[in-house]
Amino acid sequence: MTLTLRNVRPYGEDAVDITVSDGRITDLAPAGSASGSADQVIDGRGLVVLPGFVDLHTHLREPGREDAETIASGTAAAALGGFTAVHAMANTTPVADTAGVVEQVWRRGVEAGYCDVHPVGAVTVGLKGEHLAELGAMADSAARVRVFSDDGVCVSDPVLMRRALEYVKAFDGVIAQHAQDPRLTEGAQMNESALSGVLGLRGWPPVAEEAIIARDLLLAQHVGSRVHICHLSTRGSVAIVRWAKERGVDVTAEVTPHHLILTEELARTYDPRYKVNPPLRTADDVEAVREGLADGTIDAVATDHAPHSREDKDCEWAAGAFGMLGLETAFPVVMETMVTPGRLGWRDVADRMSVRPARIGRLDNQGRPIAVGEPAHLVVVDPDAVWDVDPARSPSRSANTPFLGRQMSGAVVHTLLRGRPTVIEGALT
Amino acid sequence: MRSHLLSASDLSREDAIAVLDTAAELARVTDRAVKKLPTLRGRTVVNLFFEDSTRTRISFEAAAKRLSADVITFSAKGSSVSKGESLKDTALTLEAMGADAVIVRHGASGAPHRLAHSGWIDGVVINAGDGTHEHPTQALLDAYTLRHHLAGGEGALDGRRVVIVGDVLHSRVARSNVLLLRTLGAHVTVVAPPTLLPVGVETWPCAVSYDLDAALAGADAVMMLRVQAERMNAAYFPSTNEYSRRYGLDVRRADLLADGGIVMHPGPMNRGMEISAEVADGPRSVIVEQVTNGVHVRMAVLYRLLGAADLTEEASA
Repeated sequence: MTLTLRNVRPYGEDAVDITVSDGRITDLAPAGSASGSADQVIDGRGLVVLPGFVDLHTHLREPGREDAETIASGTAAAALGGFTAVHAMANTTPVADTAGVVEQVWRRGVEAGYCDVHPVGAVTVGLKGEHLAELGAMADSAARVRVFSDDGVCVSDPVLMRRALEYVKAFDGVIAQHAQDPRLTEGAQMNESALSGVLGLRGWPPVAEEAIIARDLLLAQHVGSRVHICHLSTRGSVAIVRWAKERGVDVTAEVTPHHLILTEELARTYDPRYKVNPPLRTADDVEAVREGLADGTIDAVATDHAPHSREDKDCEWAAGAFGMLGLETAFPVVMETMVTPGRLGWRDVADRMSVRPARIGRLDNQGRPIAVGEPAHLVVVDPDAVWDVDPARSPSRSANTPFLGRQMSGAVVHTLLRGRPTVIEGALT
Repeated sequence: MRSHLLSASDLSREDAIAVLDTAAELARVTDRAVKKLPTLRGRTVVNLFFEDSTRTRISFEAAAKRLSADVITFSAKGSSVSKGESLKDTALTLEAMGADAVIVRHGASGAPHRLAHSGWIDGVVINAGDGTHEHPTQALLDAYTLRHHLAGGEGALDGRRVVIVGDVLHSRVARSNVLLLRTLGAHVTVVAPPTLLPVGVETWPCAVSYDLDAALAGADAVMMLRVQAERMNAAYFPSTNEYSRRYGLDVRRADLLADGGIVMHPGPMNRGMEISAEVADGPRSVIVEQVTNGVHVRMAVLYRLLGAADLTEEASA
């Protein structure tokens, strides 16, 4: 089947008609010149088209917590957010630490059909930080795992981290580190600051993140491996990664949408909706991660979409689970914090939300240019659309968005996965 | 006064003085023949205690009963955190019972704030101690005690010097007292080993010192905080002996206070640790008095938050 996406502007540039067939872009013609003989025609209204977004950090909760999210419900939310690929984190029950589990996750993603699901393999058995999981078996499985992470838990043992960094070189894998010194963050509830002292909530000091990042960058340099830093959140972390990149360390880093826009001040509500790990930091940290994303120190925006059931959030702060939804609000947050203020152009958005995350995950057919012969993973966005966040309208099984009741500007209009629409006019197909 | 009492910062100077004045009036009334006032007849006050605290619970119970309220006590120790009934379900139960006021003690900082702002209940929420956050009625009873000894039992505490010593990091009593005593015009100094002071303490409305002798010299009052046993295993300080030597209150140190200076402790005390028995039982100690004052201050808080009629009218009726 063929499909023509009429009148869209690749990277915000000149308007074209894009025709796709058998999952690939077969024609790029000036707007209004496509023949109109396609099986399906979608009106792009002069909106911006980008390569489909790639998320390096998604919690789909299946297997184990299907009450909070499933592979089908989470990938549906991903498609609505403009994603054509997500990396499913390993902290499921059972943990994704064997070829069997990662193949199952991968297969369920294919069945759901909303976007490509690339399982992340656990670094250590059961995320326990004791023994390496069978990384090679996961890499060689049908799921072709390339990203490994104990996310939710830090690989804090320096020897184990070193071995993991070295071992995955054999199949061009990468360790994605959740940087959190466990001893410095025992019982931690929010960013450690003057505010945590006033609120009486135990602090999660920036140094607990920065010390692990510094250690891992030096380890990666020493053993000649690449390393990826998950959800960095502090000014110090950005500075350390910048320093390491200048020295040629093969490091990449991601920031979440919520760390680009929200601050610790929200903890004043004691509403666990705003409880997340790493915690929301200060306005100065928010500015630093925006700078890092703008200058390329931070390679990718990754959602850390973390669905939690109502009972895990409808409680006192200390009892609440860490994490917040992110897939459907990622693009508007990037729009508001980076594009509207002129800190990122459309090609940069494509770079940070598609090209680089695909490269980090070693996905050959995602994050590709919008050009004839390339895979037709496309997202059409309306920079001017304004909408209200309403969890009731989301396919996600959870409602723990930190943007509840907030108006967002910038919306995903159409999403195409291999030339097939998964979202048309903001609705699942 | 706001509709809840969650933090000492909810109280303006006028509010705080009004509570203390009401407490003084209630003390006079109930010290006479009439032990019990009809003020809250037909109102339901729930004591919701998720943490053990015999003294605070009994104090609130006595306060509510002396105002003729119906008192229900829930001891829901180890609730939602240990996967028992959740805070929300407990709150909904109380709402169904028609609680007019909920006095909550909880191990999680902010739990009373959640109860007050989540829409789960309509009643007034009074924080009776939440985690390492605040304990505003303790601060009020401390202010009442200070005012009695240092300000002739009326007005505020302008210019009085109060030293708070010990585990400020984990102390809800310290947080509430720093806020309230500053509101009332006192100069507060917190003294602790640096490990037991929170990050950002320099932004608090008080002075900070590591030197107890220097801080005590000429001060009007010292408030000793309990040091919990579990801190000793977490490298906050090397040993109880060293803590006691550097931050404990003995007779020599107590005598550094100004003439008439008083010694306070929210209890329960570790005698021989943060305070010596001689000082605890000595002439400067007002520790037992604090307990008595607690009942009057809590009566005053209930009285004002539940919108009772004017006190003087009622007392004369």
